[in-house]
Amino acid sequence: MNAGRWDNNKTGINSHGSLHDGQPHSISRAVSAEICENPRPNLKEWKGIWVFAEQEENCLSEISLELLSAAKILASKKGETEISALLLGHGVKALAEQLLVYGADRIFLADHFSLAKYLTLPYTRVVCELIRRKKPGIFLLPATSLGSDLASRVAARINTGLSAHCTQLDINDQGELMQVVPAFGGKVMATILCRNHRPQMATVRPGVFRRGEPRQKKGTIEDVSVEIKLEDENQKVVEIQWEKKPMQSMEEAEIVVAGGAGIGSREDWKWLERLAENLQGAVGGTRPPLDEGWIAESQMIGQSGKTIRPKLYIGVGISGVIQHVVGIQDAKMIIAINNNPQAAIFQTADLGVVSDFRKIVPLLIEELKKISKDKPVP
Amino acid sequence: MNIIVCLKPAPDPKHWDSIQLDPVTKALKREGIPSVLGPLDKRALEEGLRIKEKHGGKVMAMAMAPPSAKDNLMEALAMGADEGYLLSDRAFAGSDTWATSLVLSRGIAKLGSFDIILCGSYSLDGSTGHVGAQLAEFLGILNVTQVVAVESIEGGKIRTRSLVELGYRILESRLPTLLTVTREINTPRFTSLLGVIEAESKPLITWSAADLGISADEVGFKGSPTQTGGIFLPEIKRQVEMISGEPEEMVKEIIRKIRQALG
Repeated sequence: MNAGRWDNNKTGINSHGSLHDGQPHSISRAVSAEICENPRPNLKEWKGIWVFAEQEENCLSEISLELLSAAKILASKKGETEISALLLGHGVKALAEQLLVYGADRIFLADHFSLAKYLTLPYTRVVCELIRRKKPGIFLLPATSLGSDLASRVAARINTGLSAHCTQLDINDQGELMQVVPAFGGKVMATILCRNHRPQMATVRPGVFRRGEPRQKKGTIEDVSVEIKLEDENQKVVEIQWEKKPMQSMEEAEIVVAGGAGIGSREDWKWLERLAENLQGAVGGTRPPLDEGWIAESQMIGQSGKTIRPKLYIGVGISGVIQHVVGIQDAKMIIAINNNPQAAIFQTADLGVVSDFRKIVPLLIEELKKISKDKPVP
Repeated sequence: MNIIVCLKPAPDPKHWDSIQLDPVTKALKREGIPSVLGPLDKRALEEGLRIKEKHGGKVMAMAMAPPSAKDNLMEALAMGADEGYLLSDRAFAGSDTWATSLVLSRGIAKLGSFDIILCGSYSLDGSTGHVGAQLAEFLGILNVTQVVAVESIEGGKIRTRSLVELGYRILESRLPTLLTVTREINTPRFTSLLGVIEAESKPLITWSAADLGISADEVGFKGSPTQTGGIFLPEIKRQVEMISGEPEEMVKEIIRKIRQALG
């Protein structure tokens, strides 16, 4: 265990090539001192809106196009300004062309074998180097596992502000980026600003914006050179295991059937799954079904920033705690079925059905089957 | 192995519905809401204890929090942590993730040596999920986020399984490394009466900004690169049509609404 130990009392411990040289204790001081002594940037020099384009296995994630949409909206409000996308990977040039079609004016393309799979340090290094050279005013990243990891590390290294899973973005009268984020599960919304540091960084969850219309491809692709460092040897991807997604992703589903604490048993839960199946919708839920193991974490609606916008949401046996309600407020039609007429969810529903769901759901499925026999439910 | 677990006590979610916004100060009123260790904090602690049980060493629990968080650190000690460290100072109030990570990094540097740092992948209240990676950056070490399992620790390397959108990634990282953990990683143990009794005689140390050599300008409101421009409680109301009575009739109405939504 001694080989890798970070030790205050030893010199030269970082023989495996850590990020910095010198005494560990003074490393922390040196890093943070250097960061704190960084002079405040001259804000006027930092211009343009950047987007981090996420790709996995050389497929562009939908969120990348959604971020470009967000950037376009912000650009028009700012009355500028160039939109650039950062694309890192190996053999991803074709994806760069796609980004130009969906709204980027310029692509910074770092195409290198060392970037084939995402790793924190190599990606952070490339991105930070670009930021220091090109000085963007705003930098949007996906609030995904990769995006949050990368954004955090970059913001720390650059000494700038970063807000998490924004549900709204806007520009205020001073031309600053207003980042609206949920806290306390969404009960509280806060507007975050990054007044004195640049770039203003924010992560955005999938589904908050929609991809724009494709247009005639125009713009430039700028190749970025990549340097490998000794420290890159310290972490590697051993394996990636793809898992078949259990059901439609919550963010893409047009119809969602969700259950809560009111569903007493797995047998009862199956009714919801049948209902979703008949509607060709996705199944979601709140924390109690997650704790029971009836849904996966990705199906839980009520985690900070997880918003869904289906055309139809049917909540069964859900009381309506604020965390959940905030996540569904953008659904076009909300139908709630609950035994308790006082349930909070009824305040935020379009149709409130006061009944034991066991009396309603099986009947509803029967009726839907009859209808689809005659003609398909749209 | 020296294992450090960073915790973030936050207002108990059971009471979130009663959080109010003070119309005058525009600040949140959360007096009387007790702070608790989140489920991810507990999982980080549990994982630290398991690593200690398997590889030997000690577990140090640390939190940057107001003085009342002593109770939460006692809970960590009762669960099995060996030492507790509370980083507490008025100057820390208003710290965003950048400033918080800076404070924690100074606290950890003061501790001396470590092999593994564990945190929950996000906190209950702010839920940014950013402190783990930022803390690792300030310490100059590797980080792995959203860990669902520690597969092995040997030869100065740790193999971990992390949750990503499309599945799982297995990474191998040289120690020292910081891990942020998800729900899946384990089921935290309950504290026993014996644990509570033993906690009383374990060290629980409080450090102020001065103890950490931090000046007020580096942290808190002043040191944070982000500022809060405003807080509001979103109003979410719709005109609800309530129905009850015969199931057949209600189902007819539901179908009508479904058609409306999808049509």
